[in-house]
Amino acid sequence: MTSTQVSAQAPAPQAPRARRRRRLSRFSKRDIVILAVLIGIPVLLDIALIWGTTLTSIGLSFTDYNGFSSPHLVGLRNYHEIVTIYEPFWRAVRNNLLWLGTLGLIATPLGLLLAVLLDKQIRFTRVYQSIFYMPVVLSLAVVGFIAQLVYSRDYGALNSVLGRTSDPIDFLGDPSINIWAILAAAAWRHVGYVMILYLAGLKSVDPALKEAATIDGANERQTFFRVVFPTLRPINVIVLVITVIEALRAFDIVYAVNSGRNGLELLSVLVTANIVGEASRIGFGSAIAVILLVTSLGFVIAYLTQILREDRQ
Amino acid sequence: MTQSTPDQPLRLASSTVSRRTMLRSTALGAGALAVPGVLAACGKSGGSSGSSKTVTFGSNYSDAIPKGGLAAVMAAYQKSSGVTVKINTQDHNSFQENISRYLKGNPDDVFSWFAGNRMKFFAAQGLAADISDVWSGLSGFSDALKKASTGDDGKQYFVPIYNYPWAVFYRPSVWQAKGWQVPKTLDDLMTLCKTIKGAGMDAFAFADKDGWPAMGTFDQINMRTNGYDFHISLMAGKESWTDPKVKQVFETWNSLLPYHQQGANGRVWQDAANSVQQKKSAMMVIGSGQIAQSFQGADAADLDFFPYPAINPDYGQDAVEAPIDGYMVSKKAKDLSAAKALIKFLASPAAENAYQSVDGGNIPTNSGADTSKFTPFQKKCQEYIAGAKQISQFMDRDTRPDFASQVMIPSLQSFINKPSDVDSLLKNIDAQAKSIFATDN
Amino acid sequence: MTTTTSTAARGRVGGREMAGKANRRPVRPARILLYVVLTLVALGWLAPLLLAVYASLRPYQETAKYGYMSLPHHLSFKYYSQAFTQAGMGRYFLNTLIITAPALVLTLFFASFVAFALARFRIPGRKTLLVLFTAGNLLPPQVMVTPLYALYNKIPLPYWLSESGTVYDSYLGVIAIHVAFQTGFCVFVLYNYMQTIPSELTEAAVMDGAGVWRQYWRVILPLSRPALGALATLEFTWIYNDFLWALVFMSTGSKLPITSALNNLRGQFFTDYNLLAAGSVLVALPTLIVFFALQRQFISGLTLGANKG
Repeated sequence: MTSTQVSAQAPAPQAPRARRRRRLSRFSKRDIVILAVLIGIPVLLDIALIWGTTLTSIGLSFTDYNGFSSPHLVGLRNYHEIVTIYEPFWRAVRNNLLWLGTLGLIATPLGLLLAVLLDKQIRFTRVYQSIFYMPVVLSLAVVGFIAQLVYSRDYGALNSVLGRTSDPIDFLGDPSINIWAILAAAAWRHVGYVMILYLAGLKSVDPALKEAATIDGANERQTFFRVVFPTLRPINVIVLVITVIEALRAFDIVYAVNSGRNGLELLSVLVTANIVGEASRIGFGSAIAVILLVTSLGFVIAYLTQILREDRQ
Repeated sequence: MTQSTPDQPLRLASSTVSRRTMLRSTALGAGALAVPGVLAACGKSGGSSGSSKTVTFGSNYSDAIPKGGLAAVMAAYQKSSGVTVKINTQDHNSFQENISRYLKGNPDDVFSWFAGNRMKFFAAQGLAADISDVWSGLSGFSDALKKASTGDDGKQYFVPIYNYPWAVFYRPSVWQAKGWQVPKTLDDLMTLCKTIKGAGMDAFAFADKDGWPAMGTFDQINMRTNGYDFHISLMAGKESWTDPKVKQVFETWNSLLPYHQQGANGRVWQDAANSVQQKKSAMMVIGSGQIAQSFQGADAADLDFFPYPAINPDYGQDAVEAPIDGYMVSKKAKDLSAAKALIKFLASPAAENAYQSVDGGNIPTNSGADTSKFTPFQKKCQEYIAGAKQISQFMDRDTRPDFASQVMIPSLQSFINKPSDVDSLLKNIDAQAKSIFATDN
Repeated sequence: MTTTTSTAARGRVGGREMAGKANRRPVRPARILLYVVLTLVALGWLAPLLLAVYASLRPYQETAKYGYMSLPHHLSFKYYSQAFTQAGMGRYFLNTLIITAPALVLTLFFASFVAFALARFRIPGRKTLLVLFTAGNLLPPQVMVTPLYALYNKIPLPYWLSESGTVYDSYLGVIAIHVAFQTGFCVFVLYNYMQTIPSELTEAAVMDGAGVWRQYWRVILPLSRPALGALATLEFTWIYNDFLWALVFMSTGSKLPITSALNNLRGQFFTDYNLLAAGSVLVALPTLIVFFALQRQFISGLTLGANKG
């Protein structure tokens, strides 16, 4: 247990000497073979299965490929149809943005708040942590099923709780409100995620920092925002990345609830419906995927500059 | 949070494991881990060289009752032929989602599927085996059934096992108590709907969360209004969706919507069917095989149906919607003659009887099947289909699958949400239909 | 429970709070409020799950008649045994294990080695590799389905590895895409983590004549245990809960993982929600157990080099 004490101390910033990386010339032949094989396999997998297939799909998005006959080039027709006559597309864009906003502006701060509260040496902290984290580990079928149990117009628990059994609210069927009901479920899951990440971050903050700030006369809030929060920067990056990924890739809850239709359209669901289902419009679905890809790209670039900048430090 | 326990690497220096042994095991370990990658690159094609006494069967009968029915059929075949049938069951929805990857990849010899366009689509892609020679030796099937099993090239690719009618289902005991009469025309229906609403019930149980149940209502109103031929032609992409005839269908439907259960897009059809069983709704447009599941035990005798009321006297109640399920042989079948032998058996009355012994919810298609144990309800279903002037399948079987799932499902759901905005809805359906039907397949 | 709490507190805060505890300082109202708030929020968080468990213990006829928020008339575990047998869960759990265990081990092994190599050595194209892995994890997975299917269908496998004779419809294909996809995130996390390990430690090993493998296996890997534990928990949850890859790259029903077995309970014609609830609870159990078992490592290991500040 004493090792916890040691580990809690932040190691001193590495001296420049320590950061130096070894040159390849100092390796033995055996070392080089090991490096080549053990880096080579994952790189090969990554290039072949992830990047190669993604690039192929970008190519397919300019064709009318349907999974059977050989694809014909159709130029930008798929893209043009998506933004003009493909009815669900703009709803999906709106929903993805709502998703990002809800997770980023409501769920993430809530998760941070819970982490801060749980970091105050409370009893049973592990019980609270487990409860808040529980929704994260549930699979899509489970969450979709629970949503049905809670939100259903005919027998859902929420209408009973609200006392609306005679004039029930159609939380899942009414396209003007169902996205909010689902966002609540998504936030339910996301808060636990964010909480656990920040909790880990907060545990590694050097208590001396906080004490110093208190001695300087800062109150609790000032200490948090001026001293603690800035040291959490690497966690902030991870949380940001995970929030964006979750918002852009959001898929499972709506897919489980109603296959992402009738107000619950999301880009990932439209891609799946066109590519994966019995009805294959692969070129068309790939074009939606490319739009999703380009949107993600902004975040990918921001994220990579962050890594590379850190790396240079 | 580094575990900075500095003594650990120091201990390594005095480690008793010699460097050479460690490196040797390392090389081995790396080799072992690399195996999957290498195998992927240079492995040989395996292929199945198993005994010819086995046929594989891909099944989407994942529910307990139909699954049992199929098992009974296969057991009967095994007994009579000595051939082992290996059944590969996937759940109903996943099987459908995967069908094209399945057929192009590693399909079973024989598989379960649907008649109509959904069969023709895969036959046209060259993924199904021609079984015309099997058909030449079959008996007990009507010409309509043979037509439903025939691809665009005039060859047969399918054998039917059963079908079931779509109609308007209700509880006769409730209707008798209230003094309601079965409506024959749209006017009758409107009057009845008002009466039922006055009695504090929903006239129509209604659900469309899964997207397909509302297609059934569209099919009924369209065939009653514009006739079977127009309906099939519309489904084939040969008519314009902005045609006033189509608009009329939605307007009729709109006038009936106030008498449908509210919140349909959030309800699964099972819950709607249950509301008929629980006497909260008076009737429901659905398939017999589906609603029968909600009427178990003593309730089973209290389920009846009538054809959707006539709208245009020219077409009356001529057309019946009765989806047909059955089996196909995949093009990649490992043993084509064994597969054909199995599918020939599946088309026989013996197979029908074995299936019916477990699952009585559907109507056997082979006229040679034993119907002596039929309930009055089953008899009526059978007679209804037999008396049809034309038989449609169902929207998602009569049109292209991509059009049904990608265009019609969202469109019908948005009609239910906003029934007043038919013009822009139809304009949008038309634009998408033109785009989809323009691509060859 | 309380001992672990105080251990964590002791490790971090040291003397001052301890002294406060020893003096039995009266509990402040703010503290009580904190507990009240946390408990209320926790109950709200738990409510949907409890509702599912409650539903799974009641017969369908009862909830259909009285609704899910009614008092129970009959409670039993009948649905659990029914779900287990009707959905054939035993076999599907085994399938999940066949996919998840190798995928998890291979992902962590490759990712930790790559992260180690990138963090310690001047590998040519080091930054490109880092970008390749981390950005790859951000791509939407559905994009890869079609080309990957075509690829998998073309790669032959010996019969003993795959009855289909190709990577399609084999465990290997599903495992490979999991490894390829998840390695990116793990490389990113472990790379950050390993940068906080002082390089004196590996240099000492080098002085000792240790080669690359020995530095990795004997020095870096043991020191990365907390981060590996945390990643193992997360990755287990992700791989376990995945259904997309198995759905699109498998066509033999009996080889599918547990997440798809639930669909066998969701009838084509009739769905007994309470049975489904029991099945859902059973499917969720392993991920909950893994989380509870690894909870402490999970939190301490997710620090991700935050102390670089």
